[in-house]
Amino acid sequence: MTAGALRELERRIEQVWTIGERLGLRPLPVHFEIVPATVLYEIGAYGLPGRFSHWTHGKAYQIQKTLYDYGLSKIYELVINSDPCYAFLLETNTVLQNTLVTAHVMAHADFFANNAYFVQTRRDMVDIAALHAERIERYEFEHGKAEVERLLDAVLAIQEHVDPSVPDGTKLDSSVRSRRMQSPYDDLWALDDRQSGGRQDEEHVTKRSTLTPPEPVRDLLWFIHEYSPVLEDWERDVVAIVRSEMLYFLPQIRTKVLNEGWATRWHARIMRELDLTPEEHVEFARLHAAVVQPTGRRLNPYALGYALLCDIERRYGAEHLFLVREVESDVSLIRNYLTEELVDELDLYLYERRGDELVVVDKDWEAVRERLVSELGGNHIPVIVVEDGDYLGNRELYLRHIWDGRKLDLPWAEKTLEHVFRLWGRRVWLETRTDDGTEPLRLSYHAREGHRRHR
Amino acid sequence: MFTLAIRRDDWSLHRKGAIDQARHMEKVKEAIKRNLADIVSEQSIITSDGKRIVRVPIRVLEEYRFRFDPEAGRQVGQGSGGTKVGDVIGRTGGSSGPGAGPQAGDEPGIDYYEAELTIDELGELIFEDLELPNLEEKRLRELESETVRFTDIRKHGPLANLDKRRTLRENLRRNAWRGQPRIGDFANEDLRFKTWERDIKRESNAVVIAMMDVSGSMGTFEKYVSRAFYYWMVRFLRTKYDHVDIRFIAHHAEAKEVSEEEFFTRGESGGTRASTAYELALQLIREHYPPDSWNIYPFHFSDGDNWPSDNDRCRELAEELLRCVNLFGYGEIRQGRYTYHSTLMHTLQRIGSPKLVTVTISDKADVYQALRRFFGPEVGQEVARA
Repeated sequence: MTAGALRELERRIEQVWTIGERLGLRPLPVHFEIVPATVLYEIGAYGLPGRFSHWTHGKAYQIQKTLYDYGLSKIYELVINSDPCYAFLLETNTVLQNTLVTAHVMAHADFFANNAYFVQTRRDMVDIAALHAERIERYEFEHGKAEVERLLDAVLAIQEHVDPSVPDGTKLDSSVRSRRMQSPYDDLWALDDRQSGGRQDEEHVTKRSTLTPPEPVRDLLWFIHEYSPVLEDWERDVVAIVRSEMLYFLPQIRTKVLNEGWATRWHARIMRELDLTPEEHVEFARLHAAVVQPTGRRLNPYALGYALLCDIERRYGAEHLFLVREVESDVSLIRNYLTEELVDELDLYLYERRGDELVVVDKDWEAVRERLVSELGGNHIPVIVVEDGDYLGNRELYLRHIWDGRKLDLPWAEKTLEHVFRLWGRRVWLETRTDDGTEPLRLSYHAREGHRRHR
Repeated sequence: MFTLAIRRDDWSLHRKGAIDQARHMEKVKEAIKRNLADIVSEQSIITSDGKRIVRVPIRVLEEYRFRFDPEAGRQVGQGSGGTKVGDVIGRTGGSSGPGAGPQAGDEPGIDYYEAELTIDELGELIFEDLELPNLEEKRLRELESETVRFTDIRKHGPLANLDKRRTLRENLRRNAWRGQPRIGDFANEDLRFKTWERDIKRESNAVVIAMMDVSGSMGTFEKYVSRAFYYWMVRFLRTKYDHVDIRFIAHHAEAKEVSEEEFFTRGESGGTRASTAYELALQLIREHYPPDSWNIYPFHFSDGDNWPSDNDRCRELAEELLRCVNLFGYGEIRQGRYTYHSTLMHTLQRIGSPKLVTVTISDKADVYQALRRFFGPEVGQEVARA
């Protein structure tokens, strides 16, 4: 980028900011940085600059790089939710492209600052992630790369199962022991008591009852961090690292459609306020169309979010948009605002696999809406809870899949249980249901004995 | 507030991406190794000229997690207008994706990488721990083969041994550290040189006699399997050993020595008298390969459907062969249909010699097993022990 182009871009960014603020955006401060594509897709692959090493990140990197090299995908911009935000602009973009991107970035920074789901995210995550990476590198030095890789393989396998409502560093309330005498295994506890001579020493009881949470715990990483019988301190630290980074990413997963729709809506709005030359206008229109065009049969979150917000603006007025930006997630956005007309206009449908064909099977708007809700905003992640960390009085880990009509991928579940076993060290259980959803089905895994299925 | 900064920070991530990618590729190679049995008998590889790059389809390295069954249920899609119930919007399977190289699968549930390898790289993986079993140092015509083995990379050395690739990489790395990710301004510290050791292998003469049944009863599958085996065997011998003679014998009711080219391409027909091949092998040995100077390895692939009247003769000749060879490998290809007991396999097995190693092949994937059975690390020990 030439010095002249740079000055021009600076001027444009100032205009964008002035217009955006006048129209009501209240973004976090933003640091822009102009980088080559390599840096952009690296950060894109890792999610955060300077994040820890792992082959899965290498795989993501390789995919990004390949897509880029073959011209199949182009990342125009990347914003990091931090204070200040870091925004990376592609050096090969034209001034106009980067101007549009800047407007897009401004809206993301506004979203990070104001959406309810982002209120609790750590704004210093870039620094934290770098510290995490340093610690993990140290563990690699101390315990060997292979060992750390195996541990990360296991932790990353369940990284999605975190719950932001469990605060860091809180133990389960050890005063609650009620569950112990209400479980279907009371007779087994009784046996245990008899064996230990009927002794009810207080420490013994407390330990077990904390392992058996009064309410099922949705945060697998937290439970393992707190109660794993086998993890060493450094291993617990790795669990905590992955958990805190996941908590940081979670709001982005929950608001992907809304956030991208918001940014798209605003870049369109702001660009219209700028005095563009006719050529620039054409370029802008082409760019914007590319952002919101359908991408094959896969859902384009930019297009969906943008269409929803435009529709909301039309129906409720521009003011209402700011309320939506503040309180909604993808799931609530779709539940509250997706209409029959919109489903029709966007040509949304349900398809399924028949033989080796993918066939459109339903165009009913409510069916589409329900399916969207189950796919978006993190709802593609099955809810798995810890029911018991002391199952059978043996410190076995009992997990339950909360059934919502969708069946688990059982071979994958079995592979994942192996990873959970690596972290827990005792037999691990997973209760779900059979294919037709009628019967309970339990999987268990122990390294010595391999997988078992129980009806 | 905002600031626009043209910063070209030293993103240490730069290297991280490449390092993690390399680790990923290592894992991909491990996965390929686990799939070698399937890859070895890939048609596209056997019929290639051996020089080009082959694409090896392998599943992506899965990142297992709890997920819903991707095959089950319906997905939301978006059309460009007017889509109707019943429309077919795509197909699963096949490699219809755009471009080449690693590609994310387009369909739910099937993600394939196409790892690109040269045949040599593939051979390296396959031959890693294979060897001619029971190789002896023979009295006469003992050869010393000298190979140069590049063993290390140093910062100093004669310019002729400059390792250009590593030097470029060092230069790039040094420039990148200074914030200029490009190649140029070479300095002495960038230079990397290969150093080597003279590797003197005391290698004995060895001859491999490749015999193949090309009779009418050998179907497409049987011929394919024999050729696939011999393809890798020949590559293996030429990669690992400097001085191995390979003689090719094709037989039906008669045997004749053929060129390598003919061996791999020509089809024949007629009945089967395997003894003719063994006779010819013995004749070759008598005329050219005195056993006190040569390590001798006859191999024979057949469907086992030999003329019953010929079996006794086969046995006699096989016994004679076994007296002068290091190992006699016999592969019988039976695609499920031969379950009766009058095959050549049963005739040979009655000999009960430890130098006779047999393998039954009923599936393409068994080709790899056959290679390991004949050249794997355990074979030599077994034969030596016996």
